Amino acid sequence: MSKETLRIISPNGHLGFAPTKEESFWLGAATKPDYYCCDSGSDDIGPVPLGADKCASHPEHQKHDLELMLLAAREQNVPMIIGSSGDTGTNSRVDMYVGFIKELAKKHHLAPFKLAYFYSEVEPAEIRRRMEAGQVIEGLDGRTDLTFEELDGTDRIVAVAGVHPFIKALEMGADVIIGGRSSDAAVFAAPAIYEGFPDHIAYYCGKVLECASFCCEPYGAKESVIGTITKDDVKVTACAPFQRCTVASVAGHAMYERTNPYYEYVAGGMMDMSECVYEQFDEKTCRITGAKFVPIEGKVKVKLEGSGKVGERYMGMAGIRDPYTIKHIDKVIDWAKSQAKERLGDKPYQLSYRIFGKNGVMGDLEPIKETKSHELLVVVEGVSPDMKVAEEATLIGTRQIFYARLPEVKGTAGTAAFVLDEVTEISPAYRWTLNHTVEVDDPLELFPITMIDIE
Amino acid sequence: MKTMKLVDLAKTIRSKNAGVDRITFDIIFREPETYYMVKNSGAISPDSVCALFGIEKTRLADFVEFDPGYAIKFTINRTQPSGSFGEGDVFGCQQYPPLYDFEIPVAE
Repeated sequence: MSKETLRIISPNGHLGFAPTKEESFWLGAATKPDYYCCDSGSDDIGPVPLGADKCASHPEHQKHDLELMLLAAREQNVPMIIGSSGDTGTNSRVDMYVGFIKELAKKHHLAPFKLAYFYSEVEPAEIRRRMEAGQVIEGLDGRTDLTFEELDGTDRIVAVAGVHPFIKALEMGADVIIGGRSSDAAVFAAPAIYEGFPDHIAYYCGKVLECASFCCEPYGAKESVIGTITKDDVKVTACAPFQRCTVASVAGHAMYERTNPYYEYVAGGMMDMSECVYEQFDEKTCRITGAKFVPIEGKVKVKLEGSGKVGERYMGMAGIRDPYTIKHIDKVIDWAKSQAKERLGDKPYQLSYRIFGKNGVMGDLEPIKETKSHELLVVVEGVSPDMKVAEEATLIGTRQIFYARLPEVKGTAGTAAFVLDEVTEISPAYRWTLNHTVEVDDPLELFPITMIDIE
Repeated sequence: MKTMKLVDLAKTIRSKNAGVDRITFDIIFREPETYYMVKNSGAISPDSVCALFGIEKTRLADFVEFDPGYAIKFTINRTQPSGSFGEGDVFGCQQYPPLYDFEIPVAE
């Protein structure tokens, strides 16, 4: 365990979400990195995949990306590590990825290897037990501490692993690790720590590699990058012929998707990037020094993500071209809502209207208050615990846009244009119920690991 | 005084989810001179961004002038978590365009 340098390739910022670009991957693989690591999840995709326990990514894209990594890693006989399997990192997604690896090993007649996988799901009942025992489940990002009411409205919870289960799996001799939900940076930091590199180097390496080519310029996603670390510095190199890692692109990436560019929390501590120094090392490589890691005092806190079902959901769409109707769009929506209310009364339902061409994208944040578009698209969502009520509410709420009663409208044969004169059942509505942390005695306690032989 | 629009000065102007409860905005400049000119003008401030989006100051979770990245970054709280019923932008990545029109005082 005395490597002077360690090289880790990151082929994709979210494995399977869109396919890995092959040219830059194979250019990187040809340099024989020590580890093939990739994160495959995100909470960006909204609460539906976690709540409904399904993927946002296409299975063929996931298999494609896993196949590239597996073939290259097994050819070199070096480890491959995947975090947040199948977008959400739930147990079913981990099982699915393990199945994909088995299938690919068979397809390519790979020599036997060891696969470790770990789960991240936490039963809501387990959180309840801890709360009843007096433990506080602390809210993040301004949220209040978890209440029993919010917990009762939660269908599925995943804990976000730090480096601990990955390091444990490497110690157990894993060639391939399929992880449940995990911090993006941990997927890369874990092998660096396992190989004896200092924490601050390991975590910064993870931080810069987690989104693959998002730290490069010009912009181009899904291209590979390679991180090279020593005990003193981190270097990150673009693999795609058209991309470079520059001081600007790497420093800029430090800000991406986080509240503050200087600090980031993971299970076990905080990365402090406030004194990072960025230098152009060679044409395609940026060198970074000065990152720090501050271990947590006391018990490790693990982030929890939870999703709860709001109801069954339908969607309808209506286009509007008449300038008089556009001018009075709020009255049109009020009419449609009133007609749904007249029919459904006290039955439990909610209707949402997003008016594209007015403020559909930004809602209340839209500074432009005057609608200047010559046409609008109204997207109607209806939700209810009862599927039939959701359908009826959405149907009335959409169709009545067609029958809107405006006193001076000249088009009396219908005030809306339909792409389809129907409403569509879509995924149930869910809500992020948990964005919290739980204190643990042992950082492995929420992440059971299993080792299997793939033959 | 002469002014220029932010869109003509910045290299990157973007927005994106920062976790499920927040949206973060990045304004990144190519040259340090441009960055420091905009920063020192004070045109982009906690007050001015809140006024632009019509939000209370309490919704502003963070505002940082990030010298190493030649960037100004701020983060706002969502009123509902991302992807809740009635969402218009699950990724929060199309909330930045109003920043384009910020008028920045520039030397004559």
